[in-house]
Amino acid sequence: MKQVLESVTGGQRSTLPVSGSSGQLRQRRLWGWFFLSPWIIGFLAFTIMPMAASLVFSFMEFNLANPDETRFIGLDNYQNLLDDPLVGVSLMVTLRFAVIALPIGLILPVLLAALLNSEFLVGKRFFRTLFYMPYIVPIVSAVYIWQGMLGTETGWINRILDWVFQVDGPRWLDDSTWIYPALVIMGLWGIGNAYLITLASMQGVPTQLYEAAKVDGASGIRRFFSITIPMISPVIFYNLILSVIGLLRYFEVPFILKQGTGQPGQATMFYNIHFYKETFVFLNMGYGSTLAWLLFAITMVLTVLIFASARYWVYYAGEDR
Amino acid sequence: MAVTAQQQDSSLSPVFDADFRRFGMYATVTLFATMILVAFLMPFAYMFLTSFKTKDQIVDSATGSVLPVTNVTIDYEGEELPLLIVPLEDGTVQELALLDSGRRDSTFIDPENLEAAPIEWEGRWRTLSPVTRPEWHPENYAEAWEIADFPRLLFNTVMIAFFGLVGTLISCVMVAYAFARFPIPAKGFIFMVLIATIIMPRQVMLVPLFAFFSTIGWTGTWLPLIVPHFFANAYNVFLLRQYFLQLPRDLDEAAMMDGANPLQVLLFVIVPQSWPVIISVALFHIVFAWNDYFEPLIYTLGNPDIQPIAVGIQQFNFRYAQQPQLIQATALLAMLIPVIMFFLAQRFFMRGVVITGVEK
Repeated sequence: MKQVLESVTGGQRSTLPVSGSSGQLRQRRLWGWFFLSPWIIGFLAFTIMPMAASLVFSFMEFNLANPDETRFIGLDNYQNLLDDPLVGVSLMVTLRFAVIALPIGLILPVLLAALLNSEFLVGKRFFRTLFYMPYIVPIVSAVYIWQGMLGTETGWINRILDWVFQVDGPRWLDDSTWIYPALVIMGLWGIGNAYLITLASMQGVPTQLYEAAKVDGASGIRRFFSITIPMISPVIFYNLILSVIGLLRYFEVPFILKQGTGQPGQATMFYNIHFYKETFVFLNMGYGSTLAWLLFAITMVLTVLIFASARYWVYYAGEDR
Repeated sequence: MAVTAQQQDSSLSPVFDADFRRFGMYATVTLFATMILVAFLMPFAYMFLTSFKTKDQIVDSATGSVLPVTNVTIDYEGEELPLLIVPLEDGTVQELALLDSGRRDSTFIDPENLEAAPIEWEGRWRTLSPVTRPEWHPENYAEAWEIADFPRLLFNTVMIAFFGLVGTLISCVMVAYAFARFPIPAKGFIFMVLIATIIMPRQVMLVPLFAFFSTIGWTGTWLPLIVPHFFANAYNVFLLRQYFLQLPRDLDEAAMMDGANPLQVLLFVIVPQSWPVIISVALFHIVFAWNDYFEPLIYTLGNPDIQPIAVGIQQFNFRYAQQPQLIQATALLAMLIPVIMFFLAQRFFMRGVVITGVEK
């Protein structure tokens, strides 16, 4: 009975037509496809077909500035990946940045959420709103603000270092080592999303768990690591996936900061800046596609590894995820 | 340690003691959060103050005040003398004008009493702080507004955001409705594919799309930035679907009994109940359009007249890199509208983020 009702009203699971209403069901299905059609058309036109095309491009010599010379060149573009020194350099740059940015990007949202979830915090809404707010600031504005803040002579960070600790601050943006912490600091303004969903997840932890642990004499820190962290691990997992994807897409901040020059040295020659130049400045569609597919392969491998690791450390309360 | 401290306090009543410690916790945690927040938001103060300075004031701020100030000088026999704060031997500190500077000793005169004898002072005058007064330069904004051509940038951004918004609302509401209410075969699988597109690196699609748009002459127009939004995207569909699933079906069914077709149900039953989530989607889209950088960059590179604010400002600041005050003024102007929108409608923003983040 319930199944029939669901099939008529368009229930979650599609069920086989049971009674004589199969004509009605067919009609509902047609309507369903109609409403789904924008995405299906878009998925074919803007995802599937372009992916197929870029796979073909990656075996071609194809430059938009010189379309007459377009021809198949087999695996030459892939050979080129190995010969292009900037591929190795830019992957190393991305990796070096990730080594600092990833742990901070995972830990700080949890700490901030714990602080803003504290029962002793007065004015919670005020703090939650203002800690989220910089997330709304356009990246262009944020980069210019931080460029000034991190200036060697007149930037406030170095002035505070001088004033409080009497040390000369580093040349944040012109030093090939300090540029990475500088980029991480800039990235902190984007913490809003990650901390907010972590906070919401912390609020969803059943209070009985904490009360039971308290009765058993567990300290606050013990409760945090033994209850809070496992209970919010799905959100940490989600943040990890989004952080890794964000790192593999990282482009705007270093590009706006250094106009894509990769300076200082080649320290900001991130993979996507190299990809951008090859593809959209030199209009090299063939090799650009090959670079894109290498990134695609890396993304897929990392995503699969992270998803495979989930069952060892992510705790899903209840039955199936 | 803690135990002995407690024993010492035993003269106080236990109730007062507990209250007092609770209050101490409130004060400590709130103060700590305030300090972090101040550090977190300090760059806004930097931007604001710097945008009202001249270039010289910015250079001076390396050692002097962070406020837009200027050094006070006095006119003495046709000469401009700087006014400095001088600690004197008798222990007083006076504001004196530097008449004659030397490496080890200098001569000052009292600006209040120019007739009096000059004062000899031993020490290096360069270590003295100048007397300053505030001097703000709001004209930086007029200059930045004009040179960067803000009216044009704002117009372009609003148009791109508006048409994209129309597209994303129509398409995402339709697709979310399909997922929430219709018996589509393999719906679970299709939904998984939709969500998986979030993880996919855009670059793989971008190259052929760019080649295609450039072949059909769409590069240098707004079309590549608008048309794809008419074909739904995973985030908004997810958000809308979660909301639609919570709506009671009774109203849908009642409307269908009365002969409404599914399109009418969507328009007259579902949408009127869903304004909060539709507003969230609209706000997210506007902020997205304001912020979007990569695709506007590649598609409008050849045609600066149609560039939105993010790209236009970057190009402007590239040319005016030596004018930090103008850069900070443009940074403030560019973030003004999204930030005001956020403060007016923060509930919609923050609720939307929580739904996409936690329920996935």
